[in-house]
Amino acid sequence: MLVMDRPTRKSSDPLIIAGKPFSSRLFLGSAGYPNQKVFLESFVASGAEILTVSVRRADLSGHGESLFDLVTGRAFLLPNTAGCATVKDAVLTAELGREALDTKWVKLELIGDRETLYPDVEQLLKAADELVRKGFVVLPYCTDDPIVCQRLADLGCAAVMPLGSPIGSGLGILNPYNIERICSRSPVPVVLDAGVGTASDAALAMELGCDAVLLNTAISKSNDPVKMATAMRYGVDAGRLAHLAGRIPKKTRAEASSPELGLIGT
Amino acid sequence: MIRFNGKPRETHPEALLDLLAEHGFGPETKGIAVAINGSVIPRSSWNETRLSNGDDIEIVKIMQGG
Repeated sequence: MLVMDRPTRKSSDPLIIAGKPFSSRLFLGSAGYPNQKVFLESFVASGAEILTVSVRRADLSGHGESLFDLVTGRAFLLPNTAGCATVKDAVLTAELGREALDTKWVKLELIGDRETLYPDVEQLLKAADELVRKGFVVLPYCTDDPIVCQRLADLGCAAVMPLGSPIGSGLGILNPYNIERICSRSPVPVVLDAGVGTASDAALAMELGCDAVLLNTAISKSNDPVKMATAMRYGVDAGRLAHLAGRIPKKTRAEASSPELGLIGT
Repeated sequence: MIRFNGKPRETHPEALLDLLAEHGFGPETKGIAVAINGSVIPRSSWNETRLSNGDDIEIVKIMQGG
């Protein structure tokens, strides 16, 4: 009798970034959920370990339970520099995140403008260089450009996080050939960041060879975030397994899968 | 006069801990950080940090983000 192995998160296939193993290949953003309960349930359903958070000015309003209190001890918190448009702001935000969370890790975002939210590559490279020199574990959000990814790895970034499509667009992976090329030559883990709209996008990222997927809006703004979080978990797992298994080559002609020999009526 | 979180402020407490307390934060509050004039003030120094006229102070907290 065949014993079917259930595809579970095995420690034999951990994601390793900067020497640290992670059990899940799904990174979750924590923004834009209908409420804290749905957010927490979605986080649990996703199986994610790494949770991205932002660093923002504290105001006098909102003395309720802080996000930090809500998730501390349940997630690996990765502070971002979202919205920063200058090297100076990004570096200071990274340093504030390090102080607030007692972590050396940072998701480095340096945007060119607020309309496209596209990375400003020139400044991104400068900020990455400075933060690596200051001892940070830098995970940069970047364009889907193999050369930019190579430069970031050369500077000492612990991973590269190319966009699939613009942040929050849900357009999926607009240039799968670039993502595949980046994955095939990257000396550091590749995390598909931004643009994922649904589970098949996450699966495709993993099939193309990405080591992990970072997403937020696709879950938080779906009609049923908890269900979508579950779908994303399976999507990432399915894509990873398919990548490891190796897909068949694409052909333009049909090829019968049933044996021709013994066909009745011949 | 100081700048606090990007806005000018006429009067201010002398001690950083008193400014933090205005926000319900204490020396043990997790998930927050302080910068003065572009430099992070480590938590271990909060106790002795005094605010001076012209200081540009940022108090930040960890919030939701993508």
